[in-house]
Amino acid sequence: MSEITPDLVRHLGVLARIQLSDGEVERLTGQLDAIVDNIAKVSEVATPDVPATSHPITLENVFRSDVPGDLLTPEQVLQNAPDSADGRFRVTAILGEEQ
Amino acid sequence: MTDLTKLSAAALAHKLASGEVSSVEATQAHLDRIAAVDADVHAFLHVSSHALDVAADIDRRRASGEELGPLAGVPLAIKDVLVTTDMPSTSGSKILEGYMSPYDATVVSRSRAAGLVPLGKTNMDEFAMGSSTEHSAYGPTRNPWDLSRIPGGSGGGSAAAVAAFEAPLALGSDTGGSIRQPAHVTGTVGIKPTYGGVSRYGAIALASSLDQVGPVTRTVLDAGLLHDVIGGHDPHDSTSLAHDWPSFAAAAREGATGEVLKGLRVGVIRELPDSGFQAGVSESFRSALAAMEAQGAEIVEISAPHFEYGVAAYYLILPAEASSNLAKFDSVRFGLRVDVPGGTVEDVMAKTRDVGFGDEVKRRIILGTYALSAGYYDAYYGSAQKVRTLIQRDFAEAFAQVDVIATPSAPTTAFKLGEKIDDPLQMYLNDVTTIPANLAGVPGISIPSGLAAEDGLPVGIQFLAPAHEDARLYRVGAALESLLVDSWGGPLLDRAPSLGANGGAR
Repeated sequence: MSEITPDLVRHLGVLARIQLSDGEVERLTGQLDAIVDNIAKVSEVATPDVPATSHPITLENVFRSDVPGDLLTPEQVLQNAPDSADGRFRVTAILGEEQ
Repeated sequence: MTDLTKLSAAALAHKLASGEVSSVEATQAHLDRIAAVDADVHAFLHVSSHALDVAADIDRRRASGEELGPLAGVPLAIKDVLVTTDMPSTSGSKILEGYMSPYDATVVSRSRAAGLVPLGKTNMDEFAMGSSTEHSAYGPTRNPWDLSRIPGGSGGGSAAAVAAFEAPLALGSDTGGSIRQPAHVTGTVGIKPTYGGVSRYGAIALASSLDQVGPVTRTVLDAGLLHDVIGGHDPHDSTSLAHDWPSFAAAAREGATGEVLKGLRVGVIRELPDSGFQAGVSESFRSALAAMEAQGAEIVEISAPHFEYGVAAYYLILPAEASSNLAKFDSVRFGLRVDVPGGTVEDVMAKTRDVGFGDEVKRRIILGTYALSAGYYDAYYGSAQKVRTLIQRDFAEAFAQVDVIATPSAPTTAFKLGEKIDDPLQMYLNDVTTIPANLAGVPGISIPSGLAAEDGLPVGIQFLAPAHEDARLYRVGAALESLLVDSWGGPLLDRAPSLGANGGAR
């Protein structure tokens, strides 16, 4: 068995910025436990001598000239914003009272 | 008059070029078909309001003597994961409802430049997470062969659109099989190109090291024609390959002669039959191999001992990358915002993401966050990356012995809507045959191999080739397609039930 607990799922929700309901936490705990049990088998063959692959096709770093490319206008950047003012995205308070 | 929706894209393009048919007529025929059947199929999330204007413009340009591309005037359906300036792009999610992109995905701008006529945006599992389109926030797509069954996923909308003759061509994206598995269950053709062969710029990212855009069609030649339009290096995508690709349409035409089968070494994976394939899927696969063997192909048993770890590695790598990619849906710059009175921006973010994301998306974000957290990273994500190396080595050893690898495209035919929705693990196992190609970056094609004896539903055969050898898949795919269509006396889709008012598909 893995070590997925409701407290861990709630903590992961905080890290992922998803405010999970108690019902969701309960459901996810059971489902993730089963999934993690199944996928943990990767460690069976992942021995220290095997190098990791992060990318399927080996690539060199890609450079381009330091000149403006295809740019969006400020209007285009803001066109989908839920709220904006003075050419900026507008949000609610950044800090809570306890901060 | 010919039913214009029943023509292949190549045949329609021929009629357009000769002036026998106008793009307006072809586009109108497909819009009529959508109006007649899409209430049942639900392949489209949005139908373009100006497709006829685009078509009329192509007709005008053709009439004025302008040199147009081979697919000019042919309608195209676009998976909703690809951003478009003139239609909403939601990736199947409520969090992006109504989102209008300020730019076109490169594959979309190239399609427009080639004169293709965008018909609309197709349904998909939310952010491409799923194998059935049941995870779409806008309701599932239904399989045109049986409306009570899934059309595959995540690109079930694109596959169903071409299978239901609502579009001759569609664009899809394939992260773990989202082009090939829908092709399998709908009796259509789908190709996942070599990683980097087609630009991902403007494809709303799921897992950046796995995602690849590709064609969804009814014939191998049509896929090659579309691949020729969308492929090639794009400076906007740093992972796109600066490779000199041959014409895939030419490869398909060459393959259709069948010459390629003489002496072709086809690898069959020794370990795969243990993975629980439906009997009719295995039978269809074996008979397709026998047909190739009769034309001079050699069937060679190969070993790929690490493929059985592919699903496990995939469900660590994908959620890890997805949890990072989906962090951008933060209620600040675009998409949904759910206000929390008196709350901070973080409270608003957390509430928005709970309301805006569906269950499967939350499941994978939480799983990915877990796999990447301190203390677990080496055991999970690090190990999964090592499995990726082992699977690449399995491919390298196999391709030292064979030209292509063949597998059934998926373990079963289309299952019933709702059958696996509450069992994520069972849903994940649908991708057992398609995932290794994404992990290794190699190209794969699925073409129809027949109908399963027990349920009369379509089955696909998948071919895999070494990286950069996409043309080989078009040659081999077209060769087998030609053999099978001859043996059936017509395309497999001719045997699909008719849909719509006169059809009575149920």
